[in-house]
Amino acid sequence: MEKSREYVIVAEDLWMTLEGKQVLKGVDLRVESGEALVILGRSGAGKSVLLQCIIGLMTPDSGRIIVDGMEVTAFTTEKEWKKLWMKVGFLFQGGALFDSMTLSENIAFPILKHTGITEKRALDCTEELLSLVGLEGEGKKLPSELSGGMQKRASLARTLALGPSIVLYDEPTSGLDPVTSDSISRLIKDLNRQGGNTSIIVTHDIRLAFQIADHIAMLEDGKVIMAGTPEEFRRSEMEHVSRFIYGSEQPVAGREG
Amino acid sequence: MINSLRQLGRFFIRCARYFGEFILFAVKAMGMLFDRPPFIRETIVQMYHIGVRSVPLIGLAGLSIGIVLGMQTIDILGKFGATQYVAAVVGLSMVEELGPVITALLVAGRAGSGISAELGSMLVTRQIDALKVLAINPVKYLATTRIVACILVLPLLTALADFLGILGGMFIGVTQAGIHYQAYIYKTLDFIYITDFLPGLIKASVFGLIIGTVACHEGFKVQGGTEGVGRSTTSAVVLSSLMILISDVYMTKILVTLWPEVG
Repeated sequence: MEKSREYVIVAEDLWMTLEGKQVLKGVDLRVESGEALVILGRSGAGKSVLLQCIIGLMTPDSGRIIVDGMEVTAFTTEKEWKKLWMKVGFLFQGGALFDSMTLSENIAFPILKHTGITEKRALDCTEELLSLVGLEGEGKKLPSELSGGMQKRASLARTLALGPSIVLYDEPTSGLDPVTSDSISRLIKDLNRQGGNTSIIVTHDIRLAFQIADHIAMLEDGKVIMAGTPEEFRRSEMEHVSRFIYGSEQPVAGREG
Repeated sequence: MINSLRQLGRFFIRCARYFGEFILFAVKAMGMLFDRPPFIRETIVQMYHIGVRSVPLIGLAGLSIGIVLGMQTIDILGKFGATQYVAAVVGLSMVEELGPVITALLVAGRAGSGISAELGSMLVTRQIDALKVLAINPVKYLATTRIVACILVLPLLTALADFLGILGGMFIGVTQAGIHYQAYIYKTLDFIYITDFLPGLIKASVFGLIIGTVACHEGFKVQGGTEGVGRSTTSAVVLSSLMILISDVYMTKILVTLWPEVG
């Protein structure tokens, strides 16, 4: 218990089966306050499932998850979940913006539902958040009128609307061009450094991982096969790790030479 | 033989499971009715989408049914020299049976399918999960509001269908049977009391509950991407139409027993 107080997010011995397949096999994870942890891994390694277990969209078969001192895996009431969701933001891979609402309405929605402030003040907050993600003046547009990158940024603004201290990002740069991807990674880094947020970022994107990570954990076949700093990952001679980072074309020996 | 029995058994188990899930969903959604926040604005928006946007369809249907009923009734009553009773037959048929049932079937087709498709798409694109992580209960925000809107709107639409049906019957009575329009109105008022409307409006509210709950339940259990959305939309219309027709039989029996003057 003493140990869990040092970390904002603790996952212990998580096991989970999905459609007959074991997707998490005893995953252990610890994230310190203000840290940006990047979870790397191939498709189907269990990264997104792990993230969804932490936020409560999926329930592990066994194991323990503690977020900000709350034991998520022992939650029984909606009130407990609500307390968690007010503190933790989640950026969905596809953005998951409400397509019947404009961008401003999307972002103002959680503010109006939870804070009791006036609509005018909520719209002011919306403008601030839109300019934070570089979408000033776009508030009246519908999600369908935006590009993938703009949708991701708008979704990030909505995720930040309630001022979460922890933000979980599910593939924040997937399907984006390198320039947009860079702007999103800069945004995540700024939020992490200046806002003091604790973040977990699930990605395949090695560039993003090395740009923003304080620590990296690599998931392979439902297990954490390596955890360490970006520098430790660069130097790693584990075959799975080096192949993932440098590509299958370049063997470890070649890289060393 | 054993194989057929096994298949029949499986079918009944599937039906029982579906019905159980459906009842639990309805209890869950309606159990949140008085939880805070009340989402009044969302309910009013849904009343507009389900109710106001159905007005042209329901109005036209009520009018045409009244006209057809008038034409056929005049023909039959004419054989007995009782054409003056067309107002009573058309009026009572509309308010007690045709008004609520036709309105419910049309709303199930128009709004029920729309609700199911909308919620199904939201599920597939993870907008329902997004509501959850924004600490908003999706069942309360999406289902309870739509079910309440259906319950409130169906009696109003039924009243509209009843009124236009009676008007359609009057048009035929005046133009084909030569009944003076004032005489037609008096005959209608002689035979139809306000108490005759109430059972139909009660039925309409129950049909609203069925349409809203079936549509939301089907939308929330979509599986298999966009193809699943299509399947759930079809299921929502078929199941709610079936439930409307079956519940109509039971409700008519119950209302006739409890309220003998209805019969």
